[in-house]
This record gives sequence, C-alpha cells and structure tokens, in this order.
Amino acid sequence: MTDTCVDVMLRVNGSARRSRLDSRVTLLDALRDELDLTGTKKGCDQGACGACTVLLDGKRVLSCLTLAAQCEGREVTTIEGLATDGALHPVQEAFVRHDGFQCGYCTPGQIMSAVALLQEGRAGSDEEIREFMSGNLCRCGAYPNIVAAIREVAGEGSE
Amino acid sequence: MRPFEYVRADDPAAAVALVSADPQAEYLAGGTTELDLVLKDGVLEPSRLVDITRLPLRGITCAEDTLRVGALVTMNELAADPTVSERVSFVREALLAGASPQLRNMATIGGNLLQRTRCRYFRDSTVMACNKRTPGSGCAAVRGPARMHAILGAGEHCIALHASDLCVPLVALDTVVDIQGVDGKRSVPLTQFYVLPGERPDIENVLEHGELIARIRIPLLPVGTRSGYLKVRDRASYEFALTSAAAALLIKDGTIVRARLALGGVGTIPWRALDAEEILHGAPAATGTFRAAAEAALGDPFTVAGTAFKVELAKRTIVRILQDVSGVRS
Repeated sequence: MTDTCVDVMLRVNGSARRSRLDSRVTLLDALRDELDLTGTKKGCDQGACGACTVLLDGKRVLSCLTLAAQCEGREVTTIEGLATDGALHPVQEAFVRHDGFQCGYCTPGQIMSAVALLQEGRAGSDEEIREFMSGNLCRCGAYPNIVAAIREVAGEGSE
Repeated sequence: MRPFEYVRADDPAAAVALVSADPQAEYLAGGTTELDLVLKDGVLEPSRLVDITRLPLRGITCAEDTLRVGALVTMNELAADPTVSERVSFVREALLAGASPQLRNMATIGGNLLQRTRCRYFRDSTVMACNKRTPGSGCAAVRGPARMHAILGAGEHCIALHASDLCVPLVALDTVVDIQGVDGKRSVPLTQFYVLPGERPDIENVLEHGELIARIRIPLLPVGTRSGYLKVRDRASYEFALTSAAAALLIKDGTIVRARLALGGVGTIPWRALDAEEILHGAPAATGTFRAAAEAALGDPFTVAGTAFKVELAKRTIVRILQDVSGVRS
C-alpha cells in the first residue's frame, strides 16, 4: 500500500513542530490549519495574487504552490515572525504610518514581499519598487501608499 | 484530486529510477507549473511526485565561452549571474520579464523549459475537447474564444502557446539541453527539443518518460554583439506575452554580420526565426531590412478570430527590437 502521507518537521519563525500530513497539503494550508498561523492569507490559491507570500530560507516564495513536505529542514518566516519583543518590524510600522492598506487582506503578503524586496536591494526608485512588488495584488488599490511605505524604509536604511 | 506519494530523491540516478519505474510518476522541482496543474486545476493526476529540489544540479559555471547552468538553478539566480549580464544580457531581460519575484525564486531553469501551456481550455478539466490532455478529443480553443494562443506551429488540432520568456533568447542562442535517463546521458539542441503539435499535441518534447534535464549549456555571444528582449503584454508587469522577440546583432560598418532572432507569445514552441535571420545576414542595418525580416518571420501564420491581431503585432515587435538593439531608426 502506497503511503500518501508524510512526516514533516516544519520550522516556522524559529520554532519547530513535527506533523504528519497528507502529501497534498501546501505550506499555506499547513501554516493556517496545522500551526494556527492565520496571518498568511489564502487569496487566489493559484500563484496569481501574492497574498500567501512567506520567506523560505530568507527568500520570498508563494506558500500556495509549495508543498509542506518540501519544507523539511528549511526555515519559514511568516508575518507573525517579523515583530521582535512586541515591537513591529519597520516595514509594518511604515505600512501603518502610510495607510498602506484598506481591507488588509493582501497586507501580510505585501509586507513579506516588501521585506524581501528591501533585502534584495530593489527599492532604488518608485518604478523599481512597483516592478518588484508586481507579484502582490491589492484589489483596494492601496498601491501608492504601499510604495510610499517601502520608499520610506529604504530611505531610512541608506542614511 | 487524487492522492499521491511524495518522495524526496537524494541523487539524480535515484530520481530517474523512481520516475522511470512508474508511468504515472512525475518530477517536482519549483512546483509553479506542476502543483498548479495537480493541486489546483486537477489536470494532472500523478501517482507519485519525486521531489528533485535537493539534487546537486545547481551551479553556474563558465568555460570556453559556454555557460553551464544546472537544471535546478532558479530564474532569479540565473538573472543575477554576472556573465549573463555581460555576455547574453537578453537572457537576463527575459528572465526578469517573466512571472513575479516570488515565482522567480521558486521556478527552476529545467522547469521553465518544461512549463505547460497556459491555454485555458487545457487547464480547465471540465472542457472535454483538448487534444493535448486527451488525444483525439478535438480542440476547444480553435473553435472558441482565444487570445493568448499560438499562431506559428499551430493548426486545427492545437493552438496552445509555449509561454516561456526565457526560452526565447535560449533558442536564439542554440542552447543545448543535457539529459539523464535510465540508459545514460544524451544532449539535444533546444531547437530540436520541442515537438510541433501536428496531430499529437500531447507530445511536447523529445523527452522519454523518466528522463531528467540535468543542465543546459548556453553559448555566449561574441564580444561586441548587442542583444535585447522586448515583451508586449496587456499590463506592464506580471503578465504573459502577447508577442515578444529576442534579438542579437553583430553589426560592422552598418552591415549585419550575424543575427539571431526568436519569438515568444506566438509559437506552439519557442520560435526561432531562421527565415528572418537569413534576410538579416549581410544586409544593411536599416528599418527596411528589419521589416523584410519581420514579414519573413510571420510568413505562414495559423490564426483564429481572437489571435489574428498577433500577426501585425509580432511584426512590429520584431522591427522595434531590431531598431532598439541596432540603434538604427531610419
């Protein structure tokens, strides 16, 4: 009998937990349903919207198109892992300050993507920020404020 | 959605053996096509997914004017390679014009070559007529509304597009694909890797079941050659091409010494425009030459109502990229 379940050690935001999952479970569903980390959002669930963006070994990826089983031994960072000692991450603070959201559903993905974008050094201009945030859709159209928030954090880093 | 067995392979030979042993087993790399079609669209129903992402097929090395790229190098990793920027810059442009930053961190070069068509009829399992999914069932796209479809290499049996941006400059460069199978290794030029749909659109390339792409070899352009990639699309970013073109030109004293041209967004396979290259070779670098090349490249299109616009758009895309690369506007 073929085993269609897998044992996976998921390391998320610094803590590890072993789970037995159906092979088909995505990282997104494992985060939300197994680990109760519901900050990562399910938008299109098909790789088109970016709402499920997380960092895998420090790089931004889509958790809806990643199997949980593929993440064995790798480090996952979600929106819940950004704040330290109750203090918001600078990108989170900038989103609040610049009103970088309306309904807020795409926001965790936007922020994870923005954190990665800044690490990649892709905040050289508004045009570059827009291009390298293009994998994150916002149906409310908060784009100008999202760009302003990222630009501000990028400016702080260069001073 | 059918349950599948997940297996992580430790070395290439083991991976090849695992997939070869089961006709319904498939490889899993970046997952951006495979998991989409398995988990979301339910179009593919593998019995076993063999995760190859831990295999040692990652490095990028350069020797003898050839760039050797492991099949598991990601799109972003290849785009960041300094030799790519210096010697085949249109490869970098095509990579960064594709998908989104997140997807480019996931998608591999081998997977990019093997990505499945975005044809909405192929991806909709409630559509019965799809020769690519079910040979002999017909083609809903030829009769129904179509827009993001192929006009070259297409026919009444299939108009599904190969949507890769990366493969457009790669096919122009005579890239070679190194393949590993149960019976050993072989190499196939990318220009001979893909198979036109003909009457069997389900056969997309020359790979036998279980054969694994190990790496690709990209010949670098001679120093002094200029290249560019132009992608025309419905929105400015994160969108598939309506038409695209990759061009490389070596021009001396106003004459085109060597030209390479390939097209995206129009072909059932990444489309090398050899007829156009013949016109460009030895001709003056001038817009008249570029237009003649464009006419030759689009000489025999197969269009339906929704794709007829692509013929003129592709010609203009070719003229524009040749103007941009050559710097010649008149």
